[in-house]
Amino acid sequence: MTRRSPDLPLAATVLALSIGAGLAVGKAMQSNPKRPHDSAPGRTARRSSFGGYQVVGRTVTIKAPRSRIYEMWRNPDHLTDFMEGLAAVQVNGNDVTWVIDTPDGHLSIETRLVEDRRDEALAWRSVEGAEVEIEAKVQLRDAPAGRGTEVEAHIAWRPRAGIVGQWAARLRGTDPKIRGKQDLKRLKMLLETGEIATSANRKAD
Amino acid sequence: MRALTWHGKHDVRVDTVPDPEIVNPRDAIIEVTATAICGSDLHLYDGVIPGLVPGDILGHEFMGRVVETGPKSTLKKGDRVVVPFTISCGACFFCQQQQFSACDNSNPVEKQEASELLYGHPMSGLFGYSHMTGGYPGGQAEYVRVPFSDVGPIVVPDGVSDEQVLFLSDILPTGWMAAENADIQDGDTVAVWGCGPVGLFAIQSALLMGAHQVIAIDHYPGRLDLARKLGAKVIDYTQTHVLEALMEMTGGIGPDAVIDAVGMESHGFAPDRIMDALKQKVGIGADNVHALRMALMAVRKGGRVSIPGVYGGLADKFPIGALMEKGLQIRTGQTHVQKYTRQLLHRILEGEIDTTFLISHRLSLEDAPTGYRNFHGNQDEWTKVVLTPGAARGT
Repeated sequence: MTRRSPDLPLAATVLALSIGAGLAVGKAMQSNPKRPHDSAPGRTARRSSFGGYQVVGRTVTIKAPRSRIYEMWRNPDHLTDFMEGLAAVQVNGNDVTWVIDTPDGHLSIETRLVEDRRDEALAWRSVEGAEVEIEAKVQLRDAPAGRGTEVEAHIAWRPRAGIVGQWAARLRGTDPKIRGKQDLKRLKMLLETGEIATSANRKAD
Repeated sequence: MRALTWHGKHDVRVDTVPDPEIVNPRDAIIEVTATAICGSDLHLYDGVIPGLVPGDILGHEFMGRVVETGPKSTLKKGDRVVVPFTISCGACFFCQQQQFSACDNSNPVEKQEASELLYGHPMSGLFGYSHMTGGYPGGQAEYVRVPFSDVGPIVVPDGVSDEQVLFLSDILPTGWMAAENADIQDGDTVAVWGCGPVGLFAIQSALLMGAHQVIAIDHYPGRLDLARKLGAKVIDYTQTHVLEALMEMTGGIGPDAVIDAVGMESHGFAPDRIMDALKQKVGIGADNVHALRMALMAVRKGGRVSIPGVYGGLADKFPIGALMEKGLQIRTGQTHVQKYTRQLLHRILEGEIDTTFLISHRLSLEDAPTGYRNFHGNQDEWTKVVLTPGAARGT
């Protein structure tokens, strides 16, 4: 597989981002082929090309067992507790619709749960005809020395050709990278402290 | 409620603002009985710490009575508490190592971006400080919302006065940690730059920890006098060549440990300091590190450097060569207040530590702007200001 291919299938991209293949992505994206591959995840490369897809990701260590974190991601009722701007999550079997608040109203993204390994990984992929082609994946691994769980989440997306007003633009400058990172940190706060920190002096603020 | 609010450089006012309420389950609301103006509030007053918003309530040294508790607070209504200025969850990796000022979970996520950019990592939330540390409304007010009230506040008995325990909120633990960071050994000379409240408490702590001698450096006669009364030898840098004097007072060796309790707004007429102050004034991002340069030059080979003084940005002309070639060790950081409150309260109750000597002025909260002006402008006489909400205004 080559990183330069503009038609690289999303599934392959996301697969390549998983832990095992992370090195392969790192390799493929090395700008200088003469240099040996380093150990960093592909998305941290100085020059990256994911075949037209935007890829963002972040790892956060949470002092909680994998099973508890898996449960937070698997249960749609919990997702709106820590994901900013997520109005609702509708689940019907493996079909999952994410309803996102935008300045123009709700944006619905229909996805399917394509990977579900208990206490290890979850991945969702947009269905045919969805406004945005997107895949999101969460991976859980034990942190060293009893420090909890390393939670790695990443999202790869590409606006579907022909659709005006791509979803990222509809979010009006909310950088998905920052949004994703902040969601992970909120999840961490919720699991480690039972609440999400705020400096607001009143509930309505 | 009434609260001291920041509106810009050298512009603080007492305004009427909405009362706080319980927002999160672990919160408590404190009715403030005593609060103080801290030296680091003067950095905010001077506008050299980024990230303040007009209307912010200042103050991070406060104590009072619990008037309301969230469902997961362990405090009881009526408890008398001193509140650490660091807001810490008690559960994260850092809190578990007692590195409370590095708490992962107290700085709201949307406030973490700036300090992540500037420092690489966000730090804990702090009361009444920059929005980089959460922008939490502070304690120079009638009421304060205290998050994680099951972790931070320490309950104090009724037999002890506010003034005896108020400084457990910041400057006493800060002075104590500064001395602890100096890793004092038998026979040590410890040199302390700055005889403000933190410097004075560092002097007191270093002597309690068994330092052979403590040498205090400042230029305010009033503050040097307080240092002398605590048992320190003193150097007035307007009268004496500091580096030469420190060598002569330590048998030609230099101080074993040095403490920079000055931070980013040092005084004096050294050329490097004037350049720094100029750069600070025009806002090109350099901190004034004169005191730290002096300390690094003065400390003996292989010595220890403790930095409780506040810095916020970047340093020019930093003597990295002296640091490396002399093999120095540096320890610093915002104070891990919760680590020290219990043992220091014990020492206060046992009569080992007195903190009241520091207080030069007692004002109503309503007169807080006067307190800021004088604490800033007349540091020789105004060593520490304690404010009381609800007290009658002075004339």
